[in-house]
Amino acid sequence: MSKAFLSGNEAFAEGVRLAKPHVISAYPITPQTIVVERLSEMVEDKSLKSEFIHVESEHSALSCAMGASAIGARAFTATSSQGLLYMAECLQYASGGRFPIVMMNANRSTALPWNIYGDQRDSISQLDCGWIQVYVEDAQESLDMAIQSFFIAEHEKVSTPVMVNLDGFVLTHTYEAVEIPSQEQADKFLPPFKTGNRMDFDNPKNMAFSAGPDSNMEFKLQQHKAMLDSKSVIELADKSFAEIFGRSYGGLIDTYKTDDAEYILITLGSITGLVREVVDELRAEGRKVGLVKLRYLRPFPDKELAEAVKNAKAVGTLEKDISFGYEGTVYTNVNSALIKNGIAIPSYNFIAGLGGRDISKKDIIHMFEHIEKGGEYVNFIGLGVNADE
Amino acid sequence: MIKPSLKSYIKPQKLSEYPIGTVYEAGHLVTKNAGWRTVRPVMDMDKCSGCFQCYMYCPDGVIFKEGKSVSVDYDFCKGCGICAKICKLNVISMEAEKR
Repeated sequence: MSKAFLSGNEAFAEGVRLAKPHVISAYPITPQTIVVERLSEMVEDKSLKSEFIHVESEHSALSCAMGASAIGARAFTATSSQGLLYMAECLQYASGGRFPIVMMNANRSTALPWNIYGDQRDSISQLDCGWIQVYVEDAQESLDMAIQSFFIAEHEKVSTPVMVNLDGFVLTHTYEAVEIPSQEQADKFLPPFKTGNRMDFDNPKNMAFSAGPDSNMEFKLQQHKAMLDSKSVIELADKSFAEIFGRSYGGLIDTYKTDDAEYILITLGSITGLVREVVDELRAEGRKVGLVKLRYLRPFPDKELAEAVKNAKAVGTLEKDISFGYEGTVYTNVNSALIKNGIAIPSYNFIAGLGGRDISKKDIIHMFEHIEKGGEYVNFIGLGVNADE
Repeated sequence: MIKPSLKSYIKPQKLSEYPIGTVYEAGHLVTKNAGWRTVRPVMDMDKCSGCFQCYMYCPDGVIFKEGKSVSVDYDFCKGCGICAKICKLNVISMEAEKR
């Protein structure tokens, strides 16, 4: 084990090195570029024995990763924003084909207007593509989830690709002290990838076949069930990781001071750190506030979330996303979880940080006040204009 | 080329009987596939010299060697006509399917 001063991208690359993928295929895009730059350097200096394949597009990057996975190789790719959207066709091929690829996505705004800064609209627009989606908060969690994601994706009960989301720039490009585990620890945690779902001369298979109306739905149900089953594997991964590395992230969700909280803000990604600080400040003033960090959006932690907020008087959902014509998609998912679990409390939506706009401490204090006092359900935070003009 | 044999399809009764993902034993054919053929290759074997060019060029692998001669597997031939085009001795003619 060693300690280093790393950005989110660099920390993720260190995690990938420890997971030792056989194949890395990627196409550069801001703000993902550095993760694949570091990996290509590792391959060049032979500290990572991996086939690094330069491809001509993101569509090819994921197609290539699928080809690698189809011969039983551990495969990694990374992208962001428009690159993820260009991959969209292949995302569903990878999940339907049950190829346990791991991908890092640097969360970035989508065009138009063109913008390279962070928000979560790219990955959230792909919630239905059949990939497990995890959102990380800091550089250490980035490194750790790079390793854990292969464990989850490749587990025989799951066999589903995993997308790890890092907020563009605010996480991918900011530096923190990060613990780098030893290769022995990583090898102890992550078993070699084994699958019967592969091309093999001794046991030839037809792969990526079609299934008509008489059997297609069964394949989709099977995919859905595997995603639901992944919940127990995610919890197992967190527990087993904690035993070996000494760090636990709580599995599907993380909670902060929710036990006696009356007003709870639900977050995902890097903004969680600032919200935690605001919770401490408001607690010091005697206000009973708390925080739920959604670590996974798919599978959605509905029961876990409901359990965490069941005694609250009201909740709010903070997300860097808007589903035009309705509300934030995370908010829609949160409300569905509350209703299904019989929790009838006011629930508010805070849409912030689109296109990289800063979310300040003052904004978060304002959100907690809104949850407590009530008001509009869907709110755009930090606008530079009066929305009612 | 090994002539494919059709296997009977037993519809799974439980979800667990489906393969995990889209992968299964190679060559497990359960349906014939020639329904869209509008013309079929017909061979006049008296003219055939046994050069096997049709066998080599068939994109679907449905032309089979039978000793020094060839035959077509009509269960899988799509009627593309490449065999007729490649045959220098005009052994193969494409004839309309009668329904």
